[in-house]
Amino acid sequence: MAVQKDIGAYICSGCGLGDRLDCDQLEKVAKSDGRAKLTRQHEFLCSKAGVEMIQADIDAGDVSHIVLGACSRRAKTDAFNFENVVMTRTNLREGVIWVRPDTDEARESTQEMADDYIRMGCAEVKYQDLPAPSQEQGLNRNMLVVGGGITGMTSAIEAAKAGYNVGLVEKAGHLGGTAAALYKRVPERAPYSLPVDNGVDSLATQIQGNPRITVYLNSTVTKTSGAPGRFSVDISTESGDTTTENFGAIVQSSGFEPYDMSQLTEFSPESPDVVDQLGLEALAKEANGGAIKRPSDAKAVESVLFVQCAGQRSEKEGHLSYCSGHCCATSIKQAMYFKQANPDTDTVVMYTDLRTPGAGGEDFYRSAQKQGVIFTKGEVSEVTPGDTGPLVKFNDLILDENVEQNFDLVVLATGMLPNSGVNIDAPAPAEGEEVTETPVSILNLDYRQGKDIPQLVHGFTDSHFICFPYETRRTGIYTAGPVRRPMDIKQAMDDATGAAMKAIQAIENSSKGLAAHPRSGDLSFPSFRKEGCTQCKRCTVECPFGAINEDERGFPQYNEGRCRRCGTCMGACPVRVISFANYSVDSVGQQIKAVDMPDEFEEKPRLLALACENDAYPAMDMAAMNKVEYSAYVRAIPVRCLGSVNTIWITDALNSGYDGIMLLGCQKGENYQCHFVKGSEIAHIRMSKIDDTLSQLQLEKERVGTHEVAITDVERIPQIINEMAETVQKIGMSPFKF
Amino acid sequence: MSELNNRVVEKYRNNFLKEVEANVEEGDWVKMCMQCGVCAGSCPLGDAWEHTPQKLFMMIRAGKRDEVLSSDAMWMCTSCYNCIVRCPRELPITHIMHGLAHYAARLGLSPKNQPTQKFAQLFWDNLTKTGRVNELKLGLNLYFMNGFSEGVKKSLEMRSIGQGMFFAKRLNPMEILGGHGVKDQAGFHAMLDKAREIEDAKLDKFGK
Repeated sequence: MAVQKDIGAYICSGCGLGDRLDCDQLEKVAKSDGRAKLTRQHEFLCSKAGVEMIQADIDAGDVSHIVLGACSRRAKTDAFNFENVVMTRTNLREGVIWVRPDTDEARESTQEMADDYIRMGCAEVKYQDLPAPSQEQGLNRNMLVVGGGITGMTSAIEAAKAGYNVGLVEKAGHLGGTAAALYKRVPERAPYSLPVDNGVDSLATQIQGNPRITVYLNSTVTKTSGAPGRFSVDISTESGDTTTENFGAIVQSSGFEPYDMSQLTEFSPESPDVVDQLGLEALAKEANGGAIKRPSDAKAVESVLFVQCAGQRSEKEGHLSYCSGHCCATSIKQAMYFKQANPDTDTVVMYTDLRTPGAGGEDFYRSAQKQGVIFTKGEVSEVTPGDTGPLVKFNDLILDENVEQNFDLVVLATGMLPNSGVNIDAPAPAEGEEVTETPVSILNLDYRQGKDIPQLVHGFTDSHFICFPYETRRTGIYTAGPVRRPMDIKQAMDDATGAAMKAIQAIENSSKGLAAHPRSGDLSFPSFRKEGCTQCKRCTVECPFGAINEDERGFPQYNEGRCRRCGTCMGACPVRVISFANYSVDSVGQQIKAVDMPDEFEEKPRLLALACENDAYPAMDMAAMNKVEYSAYVRAIPVRCLGSVNTIWITDALNSGYDGIMLLGCQKGENYQCHFVKGSEIAHIRMSKIDDTLSQLQLEKERVGTHEVAITDVERIPQIINEMAETVQKIGMSPFKF
Repeated sequence: MSELNNRVVEKYRNNFLKEVEANVEEGDWVKMCMQCGVCAGSCPLGDAWEHTPQKLFMMIRAGKRDEVLSSDAMWMCTSCYNCIVRCPRELPITHIMHGLAHYAARLGLSPKNQPTQKFAQLFWDNLTKTGRVNELKLGLNLYFMNGFSEGVKKSLEMRSIGQGMFFAKRLNPMEILGGHGVKDQAGFHAMLDKAREIEDAKLDKFGK
């Protein structure tokens, strides 16, 4: 250790800690085993006096590294907020006394637990340094918005209002996107009774008059490289002229493509009098308030049928399995076009479930009913071109009968397909397989991991619809509008504002070297020891956020601004050369080794719990608050993500005599809850291979368990711990206690 | 079918919903039904009906005129108001049921020998005579509704209840001679006549 590390250990005796634990003993442990330069006790450590006591030692230069033996690191964060000092907090309250019974028999094992946590805290802090911001990024208050539809225009205007410069790239020759093709749009303000102007002109006017916004029409993004705060983007026009601009963050609002109705052969899509919703918008624009005429013979439409969920919400081959969210309200709006022009038009909306999300949806539906639009719960099975107009066969689901009826015009409510560019996770086409269409990349990212944003489900780009909207798996790039999930105009505008806000955060954070969500504000970043690296590429492949590129020689090239600080690269590295200033293979490994290991004949097993700090660790704290007891043999270590768990920790723990090891992480797979998207999944894959290690050591498989838990598993986690304790009792103690 | 019915059919052709909206009490609410089925699930007599309110409303929209107007469903409503209370769209369902029943009766399309309808007619005829219900006569009319022999049988069956009511002074045998009535009988009948005149005038729009 090049720098002198003066450890100060502070033990709190408040909150019952003093009654339940021998705090003098804890001080002794910190001094002897933990090598603390000074130790102090306080009866109320988080009080003003307690905090001032610690601050005085820091100011006097007596301590550079401090260990607090008090409550959970999740509690009293305002009080214990010291600058320019490395701090770790050992969890004596939620981690020890609150999960143990207050009995004479339990006293000894409870004290052992607390002693070990103090040892672990001292060992950890010894291997931690004060994180300093990466020098990689700078402040760049320019934002790139890709896509000039309603969403992109709203994002640009909102960012400009907040004082940021915006480059708005649109591939067409005019702004407006799909919304510009609409005759009118669904109202977003009370009384939600009639369709309103599509709003494109007013936004476009605002943009044209805004000095902060530069519009690039007929242009696409041909290259994006860099990281938040220093994105370098090539913007090319159709003719091939390219300008390179620098941006701090990116909003991708590339919108959607309508589902190709020609695939719905049962509805006679080739018939001129069968149109999709955008087709009807074109007819309505043409009529411009007058009677809408059907395409085949220009006869004014007297009866029209809207077929909801055409080719969507269906498991049939080639159909969309999801609901596109806007189509019910859109059909209602379009039925109103007819009623407005001629109230006697027979307008029928045929649905199985009518869904009108949003505050005004129900009012809008009711307004259509008042205007005489008929809503029939039924399923259309076939549309054939009849003599006088399309002949529709449907099953009336309320009256339970099959009906055939003629209409002048049939409108199919088809779904939305996200315009999300290249699917970088798609399997490469097999040898000889014909590639029918190659999607055009939106961002052309110069990332090792692929040209576009990874897709979550059905091609939509997001990282979690509920927990982290707008957050993609590429830091500093946010998606908004229907490219993120199916939505209507009102939702897209709200979305645009949210994404602009996220992008602004990314700009400001990266200028200070701070991490973005979910470890927002974290200054630490991964660094690697080049001499030790074997260029195995595991870190670059496993990084869920595509933060790591490779240089020509195959060494990882970190883009700290793109990093979310989860440590998945650290867990991946087989030669353990990756570390953070305050989180490393050593900072955890030394905690594992610091535990006092009783010998085999004392019948005191030791269990290790590596708990994800996002869900598992808080759940354990909550179990403590609810006074749910668990085994005194467990020693819990919070980890940034299960993905950061390096298998060396497991091997080390087994070698140093732990009897059981539990990895507690978030739900993985399709409905994942991992805050770092892939961390938990990667950890599970790695741990599935731990059996080899166990068999080499001639240990039982049951000694290592990987569990998916949620923050609500307040009862279940103690149960998992206790079951492991029982298992160890059954299979016996580990023979590796020396 | 009545002459009036033919005139109505002529006027509305095949738009039964419009016909209901214009002529049935609270009929303009029918289009607001969103087919959730809460009324059907809430009706305590739902199983005993030919059609639930939900179905009736759907049939009206689908133009099933004859089926709706000859249905026994609206006659079976006991006015418990469960459906009105629960309807998320606040449709006055009970009132629509009675409105439909009345309309069907006016057009002469209601089901033959529908007991509720028969009783309703007996009650109305009994009441409008003097302005007060003659319970003795109403009871006897009800018992003899389906013929003499059945009436005698029913009367004997109900004898003890009748006697009990007599001794409790709840039933006056002298009512058989005509019974009591409102003070101003002439005024009362004039009121009814006027009401009938207004009602008939409504139907004039279909031509005579």
